[in-house]
Amino acid sequence: MGERLLTVEGLSTHFFTYAGVVKAVNGVSFTLDRKETLGIVGESGSGKTVAALSLMRLIPDPPGKVVEGSLLLGDRDLRTITDEEIRQVRGNDIAMIFQDPMTSLNPVLKIGNQIAEAIMLHQDKSKGEAWRMAAELLDRVGIPDAAKRVNQYPFEFSGGMRQRAMIAMAISCNPDILIADEPTTALDVTIQAQIIDVIEEMQQAYESGVILITHDLGVVAEIADKVMVMYGGRTVEYGGIDEIFYNPHHPYTWGLLGSLPRLDQTEKTRLTPIKGQPPDLIALPSGCPFVGRCSYERPECRDQWPQLEIVGPEHGVNCWIPEDERREARATLLHFQEYAT
Amino acid sequence: MPDRDTSGNQLTEDLTVSTVSELDLIEDKYSGRKPLGLWADTWRRLKRNHLAVVGLCIIVVFLAVGMTQEIANLVGLNTGEPGTGYLAPYPPNAVNYELSPKGLGSPPSWSHLFGTDYLGRDVFSRTLVATRISMLVGVIAVSIALIIGLILGPISGYYGGAVDSVIMRTADVFFAFPYILFVLLIMTVLGPGLWNVFIAIGILSWASYARLNRGSVLSVKAMEYVEAARAQGASDLRIIFRHVLPNTMAPIYVAIAMGIGGAIVTEAALSFLGIGIQPPDASWGKMIADYLTYLQAGSWWMVTFPSIALTVTVFAFISFGNGLRDATDPKLKE
Repeated sequence: MGERLLTVEGLSTHFFTYAGVVKAVNGVSFTLDRKETLGIVGESGSGKTVAALSLMRLIPDPPGKVVEGSLLLGDRDLRTITDEEIRQVRGNDIAMIFQDPMTSLNPVLKIGNQIAEAIMLHQDKSKGEAWRMAAELLDRVGIPDAAKRVNQYPFEFSGGMRQRAMIAMAISCNPDILIADEPTTALDVTIQAQIIDVIEEMQQAYESGVILITHDLGVVAEIADKVMVMYGGRTVEYGGIDEIFYNPHHPYTWGLLGSLPRLDQTEKTRLTPIKGQPPDLIALPSGCPFVGRCSYERPECRDQWPQLEIVGPEHGVNCWIPEDERREARATLLHFQEYAT
Repeated sequence: MPDRDTSGNQLTEDLTVSTVSELDLIEDKYSGRKPLGLWADTWRRLKRNHLAVVGLCIIVVFLAVGMTQEIANLVGLNTGEPGTGYLAPYPPNAVNYELSPKGLGSPPSWSHLFGTDYLGRDVFSRTLVATRISMLVGVIAVSIALIIGLILGPISGYYGGAVDSVIMRTADVFFAFPYILFVLLIMTVLGPGLWNVFIAIGILSWASYARLNRGSVLSVKAMEYVEAARAQGASDLRIIFRHVLPNTMAPIYVAIAMGIGGAIVTEAALSFLGIGIQPPDASWGKMIADYLTYLQAGSWWMVTFPSIALTVTVFAFISFGNGLRDATDPKLKE
């Protein structure tokens, strides 16, 4: 892998609300290299999006605040640079693709206008040049008849085309890091595959690092190089893509993989959900947030967050269950029998 | 940047592109008509509302009448003496006692369509020239109110917190005062005069635009495209005035149409009370005030025509405003 773009150490983002402190992200660490794709997976409310927004200082303050951790973009600390500098980082160094393309384009501005604006914010380009670049970008992301399409409004675009336009806008300033926050959630399945292709293609062309936030493991399997599994604001497991899919160590990761539909299942078979509800982020247990839903719970799980345990090259897990017991437990699970060593 | 062809993914790419354009064709074919922009769509629905169209026509005619001097200047036709208004058949302030026997004016005739007043001045000419004052008051006073309201309203809604409280409590103060009394107060401080009327009405009506807009800003600022703009590195001011404000304008257009009618009435009221337009210049309110006493003496024509002009204008703005509101209301879309 290439040059290190981003180093996040012990990131904690909390929201100070009337009801109490919502600990959305607690001590998350990860790194991102050039041309690398990091998948962040986890269910709703696990802190994926908040972690990504913290990078761009887009957490509304108040009530939100990054309370701990260091966010290094190259050698710049994203926590201490001025508001003016962070505005230059946004869009230029780190760009973001949002979840719902139907609502993330401004309905009263022409598509070309919105892309051109992003270009003119960060590059010294005239309006005409910026519009020409906008048309080229639309063409690059696979929108036919781009020269005509730049003059259209978002409501004249279909969902898939809008997401393409969002991608064009995000890559317009050639960012080092592209954050895609559930880019395919609002799209139907055939369009999803196309959008993932476009993101991958743009990553190759611009040599960016991509952070892909999703709860769709299928998407992760397709393009991610490494995966971080988040639960209750914590990283429970991280590792290379093959490690996570073929050698998962955390019971939550097992649950996620186990709840996927499989080709060898008949249509009558029910999917296997993870029992219980995600934890209340205001009243998180001091130990592992997965307690109460985990079938392998131990007394120590409740009180203390386990140390990071390195279980392989670039593969770590935070779990109290000893490694040999984990392997045994995993072997009894239907889905992992075939991989069990 | 490598060329697209070198991506090694040519097959997928071709497939992608063709799929999009095909889908697109299907969409265009089945929707039956080209999608319309906001204004084209609004106009299509406004056209069906006859009252609103009548209102719009009246507004256009009155604006044209009010602006004759400017239009004539523009095309180089203005040969009349300054201040007369090109369409007026007689100088509006020319006194002619022969036309006012017994000081009661003379009734409508072919040479004086609306009759003459107690000083023998042509009422038709005066009414025409007063149109200009009324239109100016409507447009300029509302513009002043809009400029203040559409700067403070969005800032108030976008930043919230202390900024919001200060601006909105100030607006409350403006709402709390009786309107006419407040205008009287400002006019007394500024002194009578045309520009002071604009300023007084403008300063007093900003609060309703600001409050109306603040509400829309509160809902629009939570939209994803605002966050997307922030993620692009746009500054607060750019976000407020380029991304948020244009999306909150629909109710404002309606308020403008209504507000112009209101401003015209306020000017008439001020002139009626004697602190608006100063004699010998004519304004509808001033004319109504001056001529009212002659109504009892049987000279009905003096007060009737400016009253009709005032009523018709205000009616036109309000019916157009109502039509515009219906046409822009998404809940009424068919």
